Amino acid sequence: MDKILTVENLKLYYYTSKGVVKAVDDISFSLKKGETLGLVGESGCGKTTTGFALLKMPTPPGRLAGGKIEVDKIDITPLSETEMRRNIRWEKISMVFQGAMNTLTPVYTIGKQMLETLQEHREMDREEARKRIEKYLNLVGLSADVVKRYPHELSGGMKQRIAIATALFLEPKVIICDEPTTALDVIVQAQIINLLKDLKEKLDLSFIFITHDLATEAEVSDRIAVMYAGKIAEIGTNEQIYGEKGPCHPYTRNLLAATPRLHEKVSTLSFIPGAPPDLLEPPSGCRFHPRCPVVMDRCKQEEPPLIEIEKEHMVACWRCKK
Amino acid sequence: MSEKIIEVKDLQKWFPVRRSIGQLLRGEHRYVKAVDGISFSIKRGEIFGLVGESGCGKTTTGKLIMKLLEPTGGVMLLDGKDVTHIEKEELKKYRRNVQMIFQDPYASMNPRFKIRDVMEEPLIIHKLGEDREERLKMIEKALKEVKLNPPDEFLVRYPHMLSGGQRQRAATARTLLLNPELLVADEPVSMIDLSTRAEILHMMKEVQRDLGLTYLYITHDLSTARYFTDRIAVMYLGKIIEMGDPDNVIDRPVHPYTRALIAAVCEPVAGKVNKAKIVPIKGEIPSAANIPKGCRFHPRCPYAKSECIEQEEPKLQEIENGHLHACRRWKEVIEESRV
Repeated sequence: MDKILTVENLKLYYYTSKGVVKAVDDISFSLKKGETLGLVGESGCGKTTTGFALLKMPTPPGRLAGGKIEVDKIDITPLSETEMRRNIRWEKISMVFQGAMNTLTPVYTIGKQMLETLQEHREMDREEARKRIEKYLNLVGLSADVVKRYPHELSGGMKQRIAIATALFLEPKVIICDEPTTALDVIVQAQIINLLKDLKEKLDLSFIFITHDLATEAEVSDRIAVMYAGKIAEIGTNEQIYGEKGPCHPYTRNLLAATPRLHEKVSTLSFIPGAPPDLLEPPSGCRFHPRCPVVMDRCKQEEPPLIEIEKEHMVACWRCKK
Repeated sequence: MSEKIIEVKDLQKWFPVRRSIGQLLRGEHRYVKAVDGISFSIKRGEIFGLVGESGCGKTTTGKLIMKLLEPTGGVMLLDGKDVTHIEKEELKKYRRNVQMIFQDPYASMNPRFKIRDVMEEPLIIHKLGEDREERLKMIEKALKEVKLNPPDEFLVRYPHMLSGGQRQRAATARTLLLNPELLVADEPVSMIDLSTRAEILHMMKEVQRDLGLTYLYITHDLSTARYFTDRIAVMYLGKIIEMGDPDNVIDRPVHPYTRALIAAVCEPVAGKVNKAKIVPIKGEIPSAANIPKGCRFHPRCPYAKSECIEQEEPKLQEIENGHLHACRRWKEVIEESRV
């Protein structure tokens, strides 16, 4: 299958007064056409930062510190901010931000806010723009008359649909969704998940789906990349991560064991002791070693590389072999 | 001491809505019926879960139990004693018995206070402990209870120096200081990372077992409710629509709403990615200012018949040992789902 996005050795560092925080530290992955790739991990592991890095808009004091990003066969790494804004962002790759439903301005109608996004990018007369807005609202399952409404008149689910419609506007190939279902109720969550699956098919899109919840990831992502402390710990297909054999990296295994299952009555859930490390001074060797239940001497000194243990299944752990 | 620590009967909380001049002149009243007649009791030493979507009235119920809100109607009994309308000294005593663990451990502690001061405040308010030294001993004991070891190290820290999990432990320790009997925990883990969520629930369970506490656990998350509680009540638009032990409610749900909630939950298992999720009910929860007539779930219910709209609202009925539901067409619902 064709690759729509490739990332090689991507680094995004925050240059703070206390030192350099390596939030995303040398990660590589690719996204195939028509695929959903999940990014999971605890808070502070670099998932959202990776999302922003892909759009080349790090939050200051963050800066891209190296690596190569290719979107739809265009190397976007050397592009200037103007070129990014004009030709790449929202045109090729767009993002549904975390809490996007709360970013709508309360004082303008939905229609005005959507029009603004559209006119920023395309020269379009009102009638044409109106038609396009209508088309995308229908695509996300809303009726066209929401354009006259104000954000407070809409429910969380409806606002999330508007955020998704806005991300689709300029027909991008890749959409990054950052925790799109987190603040929603379960039934609305399921509706949004179905909507994303439906859009993927209809518009031939590829998704990067960022969440902390392994259960949601199991329902939406074809492949899953598990991040820990700015690195990819494991990457594999849905079957390789959630199947009978299960993942290989101790972090993924423990994270999965800590996820409660609805139809299984267990007396104790396991958990991962401690907290993710301070990225100003990451631990030596494997970054997970202070919390790892199966740590060896080697883990404390040498950092394990991300190696392929079977087709499409890559793990960075000294204990996982082919 | 009665077996039931707390009992509520037909408890109501209606919030008045601002009216237009026309409505004022006509003498019309409008209310948001956040809690609209619920009855349940919690046994001593039990963990009782209240689940539902946002806007279903679960948090309002928690606040009523905490006596942060005055009920509009109904009766509340603590240890068999009527506590529906109490004031001043009695209220202070009540609050010592019933404590709350809040959702956000980042907001429930004063950032300018050290943990020692955060914890000492309730003791001072309730005039517990002779002097500072005795109070410190009590605080240390509570910190040990929630496994914040060694306690003296945590005493001098500020809240921002603690991780989310440690903060929620400290918040729990603070409530334990007053030796409460009932703890109201409103989404205590929803803001905590998944990896530590289980750790906090585990700690709360341990403390409950050690000290013989009773919990009212309020959550939107059915999966943790399954793991954590002894009994679950599902709320919809201000009413309890199904109640029973977790095995019954989650594995053998009766009410179409409970069924829909359960079908919508994501599970970390393979082979689901290529299928659409089944969402048997339409739309979103309606406003509590405008509750549908008849069964309040009927506009969204796939099983609704004219009787559900025309006849009065179904009451909770028992199907088997302590498993209650409020659905008129439950037989058909079970029958149809079997086919």
